[in-house]
Amino acid sequence: MTKHRGRGVASINYPIGMNLGGDPSQALVHSNPDGKFTVALSSIDLGQGMKSVTRQIAAETLGVPVEDVYVDTADSDIGPHCMGSFASRGTHRVGNAVIAAAKEARGVLLDAAAEELEVNAQDLETDGKGNIHVRGAPQRSITVRDVSIAAQFRQGRTISGRGIFLIPLSDVNPETGEMSPVSCYAHACLVVDVEVDDETGVVDVLQMNSAYELGRALNPKLVEQQLVGGAWMGMSHALYETTEPYYPDRAHAPNDFNDYVMPGPGDIAEHNIAVLERPAPDGPFGGKGPGEMCANPVLPAVANAVFNAVGVRVDDLPISPEKVLRGIKDQGGARPMPTPGQAGA
Amino acid sequence: MSKKPLQFTLNGANKAVFVEDGQNLLDVLRREVGDFAPKYGCGQGTCGSCTVLIDGKPHLSCLTLAERSEGASIETASGLADGPDLHPLQDAFMEHFAAQCGYCTSGMLMAAKALLDHTPTPTREEVVEAIAGNVCRCTGYEPIINAILDAAARGRRFSA
Ligand code: FES
Ligand code: FES
Repeated sequence: MTKHRGRGVASINYPIGMNLGGDPSQALVHSNPDGKFTVALSSIDLGQGMKSVTRQIAAETLGVPVEDVYVDTADSDIGPHCMGSFASRGTHRVGNAVIAAAKEARGVLLDAAAEELEVNAQDLETDGKGNIHVRGAPQRSITVRDVSIAAQFRQGRTISGRGIFLIPLSDVNPETGEMSPVSCYAHACLVVDVEVDDETGVVDVLQMNSAYELGRALNPKLVEQQLVGGAWMGMSHALYETTEPYYPDRAHAPNDFNDYVMPGPGDIAEHNIAVLERPAPDGPFGGKGPGEMCANPVLPAVANAVFNAVGVRVDDLPISPEKVLRGIKDQGGARPMPTPGQAGA
Repeated sequence: MSKKPLQFTLNGANKAVFVEDGQNLLDVLRREVGDFAPKYGCGQGTCGSCTVLIDGKPHLSCLTLAERSEGASIETASGLADGPDLHPLQDAFMEHFAAQCGYCTSGMLMAAKALLDHTPTPTREEVVEAIAGNVCRCTGYEPIINAILDAAARGRRFSA
């Protein structure tokens, strides 16, 4: 029995949002009489951090503290329409809708403040700490809270805003097939080191090293966490998970977590991540978002690493021990290749 | 179906409920008592999201017959915080971003608490072993392992 080391690489360009555009999202923002703001979305935060990021975006655009913004997600009965949390579109599409809604609400906020201070709204600025003051004259100031109270109880004004972000559906040129499939791309490169046991066919992931370019990381810690968790999912797809039975009879198909195998806390690999920030011109504060891309490059990289380790090209997932062993047997033994990036390669 | 009276303490408070024959503890905690911290993940003992401590030991409440808990001391994640003061494990989970969707979190916290209560200075391997029965779909486990190790280190600082 020998354990063979292998290295695999994968690079991707990843589209943000749905193919050909035409996938709008809406946001509604309103102030409450205590000077805090609610953002209503139908978008779902399933753990990727949409709530945190849209909260930051709304606070930044409104010019109020992030603590003063509450994001209410995922009630499609009463929230404004959203196409959904998929296609790595959340930060980009929903974030832009939130900016639009927050800008409109900020306009009303400043109008209401101007009426209270008896000045011109154009001369006002926010300090991000809950105050609005006259530019160059910070002593002429009013709190966002007092403006909200005045708007609500004296001026009879709703401090609110509506936002939608829509990239119109791209036409296809019938002659050339040319089209604009998406508005922006994120990019990644991932290198994975594995060890393949030529007696059992088991593949161990030893280490992952990756670089991600995903616009501005609006919440760097959340981005990093999503990349760590997503890479685990990618590794799980590559080597473990399938709803298909390993053997031809459907009776062997997995029905529960006993049979539907995933890597546990003892199977994880060290993962070093570099996040490169190149703000996207049409992204909210330059963000594109990691999305599905955090899992995708792991799959081809692992397949390439297995090929590099034992010369077996498995092209259907998962790369189960059985498939690796059959491949080794078919070619009459493991055929390790030189490892890219190492001496002698 | 007959109902039986059942008494136990939940996070230190006395509870008295009526339970059905064969009703599991997870169901009783969520439906009869209204403690929604333990989560229903699989209902068959394979995910760990329903983990609670019974007399200090981690148990899968979905597989625990409620009537076996007569007189037991049951702890759930609802009892970890002391008012606004979070438990060191909760602080560490927050700071290490050890929750994404959060569905596994209360089970992870209880599995971790069971470990730290008995092994205040665990090795990484002991942490891995302690949460090996808890599935997390989101985080890739690394942040959870780091959070538990960090909470252990904080615990040492507290008692030092
Ligand atoms: S719900 Fe109890 S182990 Fe999954
Ligand atoms: S945080 Fe989602 S399952 Fe663990």
